[in-house]
Amino acid sequence: MLHTFVVYVENKPGVLSRVVSLFRRRAFNIDSLTVGRTENPDVSRMTIVSDADEDQARRIVANIYKLVNVLLVDDVTGQGALQRDLTLVKVGAGQETRGQVFQLAEVFRAHVLDIAADSITLEMTGEETKVDRFLELLAPYGLMEMVRTGVVAMRRGAKSPNVTSKAARVGSTDDDTVSYSV
Amino acid sequence: MESKKETMIGARILWECLEREGVKTVFGYPGGAILPAYDALRHSSIRHILVRHEQGATHMADGYARATGEVGVAVATSGPGATNMVTGIATAMMDSSPIVCITGQVGSKLLGSDAFQETDITGVTLPITKHNYLVTHASEIAPAIREAMYIAKSGRPGPVLVDITKDAQQGSCEFDWEAAAPKTRGYRPDHSPAEKAYEKALELIRAAKRPVILAGHGISIAGAEQEIQAFAERTCIPVAMTLLGLGHLPASHVLNMGMMGMHGEAWVNKAIQEADLLIALGMRFDDRVTGNLKNYAPNAKKIHVEIDPAEINKNVKVDVALVGDLRKILKEMLPRLEPLSHNEWLEQIRGLKGDTAVRDIQNLPDNGHLYAAHVINDIWHETLDKDAIVVTDVGQHQMWEAQYYKHEKPRSLITSGGLGTMGFALPASVGAKVARPDADVWAVVGDGGFQMTMAELATIVQENLKVNIAIINNGYLGMVRQWQEFFYERNYEATPLLNPNFAMLAQAYGIRNFVVQKRSEVIPAVKAAHAHEGPVLIDFKVEQEDTVYPMVAAGAALHDMIRRPNPLVETAEDE
Repeated sequence: MLHTFVVYVENKPGVLSRVVSLFRRRAFNIDSLTVGRTENPDVSRMTIVSDADEDQARRIVANIYKLVNVLLVDDVTGQGALQRDLTLVKVGAGQETRGQVFQLAEVFRAHVLDIAADSITLEMTGEETKVDRFLELLAPYGLMEMVRTGVVAMRRGAKSPNVTSKAARVGSTDDDTVSYSV
Repeated sequence: MESKKETMIGARILWECLEREGVKTVFGYPGGAILPAYDALRHSSIRHILVRHEQGATHMADGYARATGEVGVAVATSGPGATNMVTGIATAMMDSSPIVCITGQVGSKLLGSDAFQETDITGVTLPITKHNYLVTHASEIAPAIREAMYIAKSGRPGPVLVDITKDAQQGSCEFDWEAAAPKTRGYRPDHSPAEKAYEKALELIRAAKRPVILAGHGISIAGAEQEIQAFAERTCIPVAMTLLGLGHLPASHVLNMGMMGMHGEAWVNKAIQEADLLIALGMRFDDRVTGNLKNYAPNAKKIHVEIDPAEINKNVKVDVALVGDLRKILKEMLPRLEPLSHNEWLEQIRGLKGDTAVRDIQNLPDNGHLYAAHVINDIWHETLDKDAIVVTDVGQHQMWEAQYYKHEKPRSLITSGGLGTMGFALPASVGAKVARPDADVWAVVGDGGFQMTMAELATIVQENLKVNIAIINNGYLGMVRQWQEFFYERNYEATPLLNPNFAMLAQAYGIRNFVVQKRSEVIPAVKAAHAHEGPVLIDFKVEQEDTVYPMVAAGAALHDMIRRPNPLVETAEDE
């Protein structure tokens, strides 16, 4: 099952390679990994999607926590969190098929970024499954080039983990990594 | 009043911080990129021990740490100096030993340019350190050193590397000790179990009819030697030890069954397999103690007391995990447990013990042949009244030591368990002796492993350290030969050793030496070693094709052990 982890880390050099090295070393799978800035300049945020069962997911969280630069790990799987990835796709489209591609783009709310004589480049942002469906429908026209950023995720509602407050961190470790009563 | 913020160069700040952290001794080897630090050493009270190879420095720091529980510190230069530390760092990582390695690095402006003696050592050691730092400015040295010392020792201990560029050592800044206090925002070494986990564990302990305690290295790390004894006595539960657990409960204790695992006592493994509850205390279910996981303790519920959450359910799925400091957890549980008794179960274990004693070889008559078991037994006997530390290498002699030396005291055995690092013993014994100068330190080492790091004989002589070296010399890479005997049709490929004359080698270093070939000569040699003030090397020429029994073959179930065919036959063949 795909698990989505939101990992808050100190914004320091080498932290990404520590996280990636951990996944490689422990033979955990990485489906996608994104990293970027946050509202706090000292904190970077990763979204990691990994194919893991419940037990593995818990071990992944525990192992990420062992990295000294990690502030908080939030497994948002099954929490109805917002998940988006951005896709750029270049499809073959000449005069006869261009209209059909436009129609599909409109239905899926994709943006047209570039039109050439025999190709169209589209930008699509959405949940992974929706993007998957869109790409499936575009396939017959010929996918010349495609790139996806990987998922970024955020919990819904006002409740956000406060990575700078010690109390919030400790509370979340108690739930996620400490009390194993299986 | 003198301002507390003095301006200093980075190199001085380095030593000042180590001193304030309580470091008395470092083990190191100089070179270009660490020279500013070495130059500043003259201002410091820290004792520097010059090694002959940087791997030795790391094992010495490790031996120092294991002998005391304090952080051991090793120093090396950039490039090859740093990469030579890798084996020692990995060794410390696997055995949760707190060491801090300080390496010089090329100037920060040269980083990434493949400069002379440049290696990306923080990259190289990333997966084998608990944490590491690349320091490029003098002002970062104090925070990095303070954090490194704190991280190495707290929680589950481990190695931390601090790589300091040459210009950071040379540059000046204000030294502010207070401001450099650890600011590890995300690091959380202190866990404590939930109340319901305690309740469930206590419930399982009360209900068990055939419980076994599995005790490991975590006992000494947590300083829980007394608590575990009290816990075992209160609950009347027999204790099986891991290799690194030996000594943390006296071997003579009535509830101490001895070592479990691949070369553990057969009855101990049987007891584990028949148990209905395993209480794992500060151990991590390594494959060397579980055998095949598919049929490991099939009828047992499992309680895991462990400080590292990532160890829970890693190898063995447990019913209750208590994540936190072992000592605190045992202290919490003790008053909540009424005295229990398991007489029937203990009786049953005694029955298992009957015909399966691993100590069979000791029943052999003294027929002129020398067995490693004899040597270990006699060293044990001669060190009974001493504060002895035995430091072993890796292989057959290590297992014989674990089987025949009865460790009564914590931190009396230092050995490379997890990584199985040949070459560990000699340098680690140096670290142990420096840490505990009044202890009677024995490096028990095979003829193969000894030759991996024997350059440190020079360190022993230069520092005039009273280390006793016992080479268990069988002319083979014995454990590999044993595997070839059992699993590769006795094809002894690349295992026979053509050795130097170890006594003459010792002579070349000015080390007192003895050669022992008969059992009757063992005790006199050990007594002579004790009588001599300086270091001593004894070359014990033992039976060449002796085998460590019993043994769980890789992939076999824990109770399925290869046994010594028939000790009596062996007696008849002798002479």
